[in-house]
Amino acid sequence: MDQDLKTELSKHGIFATSFEELYNWGRRNSVWPLTFGLACCAIEMIATTMARYDLARFGAEVFRPSPRQADLMIVSGTVTKKMAPQVVRLYNQMPEPKYVIAMGACAISGGPFRDGYNVLKGIDRYIPVDVHIPGCPPRPEALIHAFMTLQDKISGQHLTGESRPRHLQRDLPSEFPVPEFGEHGLEPAQNNEIFPNPLKVLQG
Amino acid sequence: MGKNLPIAPVEHPWATIVVLLVAAVVFGAIPLSLAWLWAKFVSPAKPGLQKNATYECGLEAKGDAWVRLDVSYYLYAIVFLIFDVEAVFLLPFAAAFSGLSLAACLAMLVFLLLLVEGLVWACQKGVLTWS
Repeated sequence: MDQDLKTELSKHGIFATSFEELYNWGRRNSVWPLTFGLACCAIEMIATTMARYDLARFGAEVFRPSPRQADLMIVSGTVTKKMAPQVVRLYNQMPEPKYVIAMGACAISGGPFRDGYNVLKGIDRYIPVDVHIPGCPPRPEALIHAFMTLQDKISGQHLTGESRPRHLQRDLPSEFPVPEFGEHGLEPAQNNEIFPNPLKVLQG
Repeated sequence: MGKNLPIAPVEHPWATIVVLLVAAVVFGAIPLSLAWLWAKFVSPAKPGLQKNATYECGLEAKGDAWVRLDVSYYLYAIVFLIFDVEAVFLLPFAAAFSGLSLAACLAMLVFLLLLVEGLVWACQKGVLTWS
């Protein structure tokens, strides 16, 4: 429906919407995160949910302790190599549609612990991340901003067509391979289907 | 004269219940069928090995749920019996004490004696000493 026509109609007290918009409106206002904290960023995440910053205003106050009931995984903190398989497994156990926010420098790239032998250099090596928040740790406002960015992303998703999101496409996977411990850390070192090799990207 | 009386509509006494029953079934069936249609035409179900796994805390379940408990826990069982079960029976005993016959009182004292015997035994065994 044309946007101008919609504004014109709303001036006359007629509210028009499409099924897609209604669906996305419902989804974006009831994103339930997983009760899941990894390090110091989790403290900021907890602060965001409390009365002062009040994530409940965005419909996301219901942190679910089970991945079966969660829509959003906030990877809040350093992902150690010991923890990475569990993180991927939890993500796999979440029902579609599911989203991931990588919160803080550690979850994005390993952050200050990047050179540690035991630290994963970014969770997007194994699971697709929707929103990255920089910061060490990011303030609650930053998490709220990331959350609003995610809401914008959800409301822009189409129900039909080639550009529709993964959970509506039959052929795309819902589970991602869980890394295992090998002789030199995690194997594979990254999921090549979702994490492109930077060298190959540079070479074109 | 009887012909002029208004005739009440014939209604089965259970008719309301049947209507409510049908409404209840339809009320539940509509969302379920909508969800089924939604999954069939728009959002396909994607079950998987890990998604369908029973345990959901990120770790893989290993071992058997039917594990043996250490036999040394029998001491806890005995002490629990002495302190907890005894208290449960002592309370009504104390409440009805003045109205009890001699036989009932003796029966209760035998019960107490048995438990006190267990307490003395546990005490000698050193279970009650804090270490």
